[in-house]
Amino acid sequence: MRVSSRISTINPGRTSAEVRPLVLQMATVVIPALLRKLTDGKERVTVAGRNVGQVVADLNRQFPGISENLIEDGEIKPSIAVSVDGEMGTGGVLEPVGESSEVFFIPAIGGG
Amino acid sequence: MAASTNGTEYKIIGTRPIRHDGVDKVTGRAKYGADYTFPGMLFGKVLRSPHAHAVIKSINTDKARALPGVKAIVTSADLPKLADKMEAAGEQAINLNHLSMNILARGKVLYDGHAVAAVAATSGHIADEALRLIEVEYEVLPPVMLVDDAMKPGAPILLDSLRNKEDGPDQQTNVAAHMQFKRGDVNEGFKQADYIIEREFKTAMVHQGYIEPHNAVGIYNADGHATIYCSTQGTFVVRSLTAAVLGISEGKIKVVPAEIGGGFGGKTTVYLEPLSVLLSKLTGAPVKLTMTRAEVLRATGPTSGSTIRCKMGATKDGMLVAGQCWLAYEAGAFPGSPVGAGAMTILSPYNIPNILVDAYDVVVNRPKTAAYRAPGASNAAMASETVVDELAEKCGLDPIEFRLKNASHDGTPQTVGPPFKKIGMIETLEAIKNSEHYKSKLTGPNRGRGVASGFWFNVGLQSSATINVHTDGTVSVVIGSVDIGGTRAAQAMIAAEVLGVDINDVRPVVADTDSIGHTDVTGGSRTCFATGWAVYEAAQDIVRQLKERAAKLWEKKPEEVVFANGMLSPASGNGVKPMSLKELAPRLARTGGPIVGRATINARGVGPAFATTLVDLEVDPDTAKVQILRVTVAQDVGKAIHPAYVEGQMQGGTAQGIGWALNEEYFYDDKGILRNTGLLDYRMPTCLDLPAMETIMVEVPTPGHPLGVRGVGEVPIVPPPAAVANAIYRATGVRMLELPMSPPRLLKAMLKKRAASDSQAAAAD
Repeated sequence: MRVSSRISTINPGRTSAEVRPLVLQMATVVIPALLRKLTDGKERVTVAGRNVGQVVADLNRQFPGISENLIEDGEIKPSIAVSVDGEMGTGGVLEPVGESSEVFFIPAIGGG
Repeated sequence: MAASTNGTEYKIIGTRPIRHDGVDKVTGRAKYGADYTFPGMLFGKVLRSPHAHAVIKSINTDKARALPGVKAIVTSADLPKLADKMEAAGEQAINLNHLSMNILARGKVLYDGHAVAAVAATSGHIADEALRLIEVEYEVLPPVMLVDDAMKPGAPILLDSLRNKEDGPDQQTNVAAHMQFKRGDVNEGFKQADYIIEREFKTAMVHQGYIEPHNAVGIYNADGHATIYCSTQGTFVVRSLTAAVLGISEGKIKVVPAEIGGGFGGKTTVYLEPLSVLLSKLTGAPVKLTMTRAEVLRATGPTSGSTIRCKMGATKDGMLVAGQCWLAYEAGAFPGSPVGAGAMTILSPYNIPNILVDAYDVVVNRPKTAAYRAPGASNAAMASETVVDELAEKCGLDPIEFRLKNASHDGTPQTVGPPFKKIGMIETLEAIKNSEHYKSKLTGPNRGRGVASGFWFNVGLQSSATINVHTDGTVSVVIGSVDIGGTRAAQAMIAAEVLGVDINDVRPVVADTDSIGHTDVTGGSRTCFATGWAVYEAAQDIVRQLKERAAKLWEKKPEEVVFANGMLSPASGNGVKPMSLKELAPRLARTGGPIVGRATINARGVGPAFATTLVDLEVDPDTAKVQILRVTVAQDVGKAIHPAYVEGQMQGGTAQGIGWALNEEYFYDDKGILRNTGLLDYRMPTCLDLPAMETIMVEVPTPGHPLGVRGVGEVPIVPPPAAVANAIYRATGVRMLELPMSPPRLLKAMLKKRAASDSQAAAAD
């Protein structure tokens, strides 16, 4: 799980398997349609985490393997954007996630 | 005094001052990329593939190198091989290996015009002659030109290494990606529908059609630093992509922005820039490359042609209950079409409880697509807005009333999931409904009126701004956003508004990459939103410092000084004469030295944009030539800083959309060779083809932005193709499902309809 490098920076001394958010906050991740096969068809998953990196780590704990679709080299994949509570994030894995936040992973958009 | 969006009155914002760069542009003094010359400069030319798909068996440059005046020749062997994966480069997600292979073909050529080698010589003529002396042995392969053919099993494969997740690691494919968006249960939704319309649409590949071809001058110094002068929408993206392709540090490249003769998204990547630096490195001289129009059309990024299937269902009372769409877009020779954006925009103007959207990114033997004004959204809206129009007719509803019943509003979930915040879709529909144009009666034979709406996300991204206060009280606003469409003037107006100075006392400057902080492209409708925000904050930084200086003069604390209406005064200033920036400026040296305001921003809170377009037209019953009679576009513009330039964006986007609707397309022959490589044959609309376009600016301010700004540049291109198609239907009774709706294509459809009517009449007799 490549998210571990960034997460271990946030929680020094822990391996990825041990990563747990420091304060338990439950957000909802809306799973992209094509990844729902990895979540037993679940569209919405409750996860713990204070930022997007921690949310993905907890999502991956619940559904092993899902993070490799979202994270690469410790960062959100360049082709993916993250929306937290309807706001496009600018902080990548460090984007704050609040209590009861709704998190979406969507294709990144450019423009002309 | 202009009306504001937040209760305050503006003195400068909302007015229409003359642009600061206007004199240079009308007198010919403005410097474009091709105008740059340097002592000892060499001229570069690019050898391009005559085949759409072929293996490069060998390249022999011996004869060309022997030609007097030839100084260097490069092929892909001179470029480093890069990792074959998506990486962040500047603000883009890009496969750098594919980018490199597009700049100089490696192993195979993948489209007519694909660059194979580049030459630097003492004159352009010698460079041209050298190109003719380069011997390339090709093994010609069958091309695959259309998205439907490229997706078929057994289709010729473009990229040996391309795989997708669904077909697995062992299966070669031309389908680079599949995306899906889902809400509710679309099958259940269709069960609730009284009317269901399902249609398949085809749209042609089209080019942005910017007037100025690509150009670059590269100067590589012996100390390992390089400077690039070029026409680009983003100096920092040129820097990061050139550095990546050449394998050198970004910090060793300086990019100087020339004036830009249009871009519309097409100048957000690199073609010539890395070649100019590489050839300069090999020769020790500056090297200039400029494209011809034919090169622009053959080898730079157009936007995708597409196949789109759209099925929508509505109840009898006109409520949309289900929408299902299937989109496949041509990416060109390398993955990366805007099909994701097409999929995310296609149903977004409407609040539909059950949706399923599948999108496919497909490589074909055409030039790699690049961004084009609301990339992917016009294709998509052609499909959905035609189907919506047909459903409105089925329900017996006025097309605007139908749209109003279903329009997205604050809180409506987007196709991608998150709910919209403050949006103006309904307001644009109401504006058209209440317009004199819509209330007027269209009379005369073969005439029709059509309406369509469109959505675009807009983006934020990063911007920097610096403001320098001069001792005469004038200020310079330094930004990194290349000026397209009058953005210099808008930035100057924001600074003037905050600082309370005359607009003519503000000099906006577009700086090179060494002279301003990182600033993302002028694109994505972001410049006035994000760079404007940075300028606003930099001006606030100036205000803060002015208060400190005035406080010194008045022996007060800074917090005891107020700044209002451009004047500094003590909060409790008995007898103290208020002072303007102009009056304080000469005293800066003795109150602490120069004042420089700075701000950087990674903008959040982007406000998406909606537009609704109304078109009247007449169709010649014999030739099927379409004459546009009248156009009105209503758009949610947030807060119009310089209304004339906002109107210009609305009119320009609409004009491009009409060209896309009626005439523009790439003509490839059966060998995959582009046959319309000039603007006589690639038919863009001119002023003779279009009437004056009416604009209605609807101001729904973006919450969170200090001025309520919303991006305006892209969304006006989204509705026109569907609006024209809907108008053609009302003029002729023919539903056009293919773009462009050019005379040959429309005439064929009209004759088919007439033949069907004649047979029915004969059968009735």
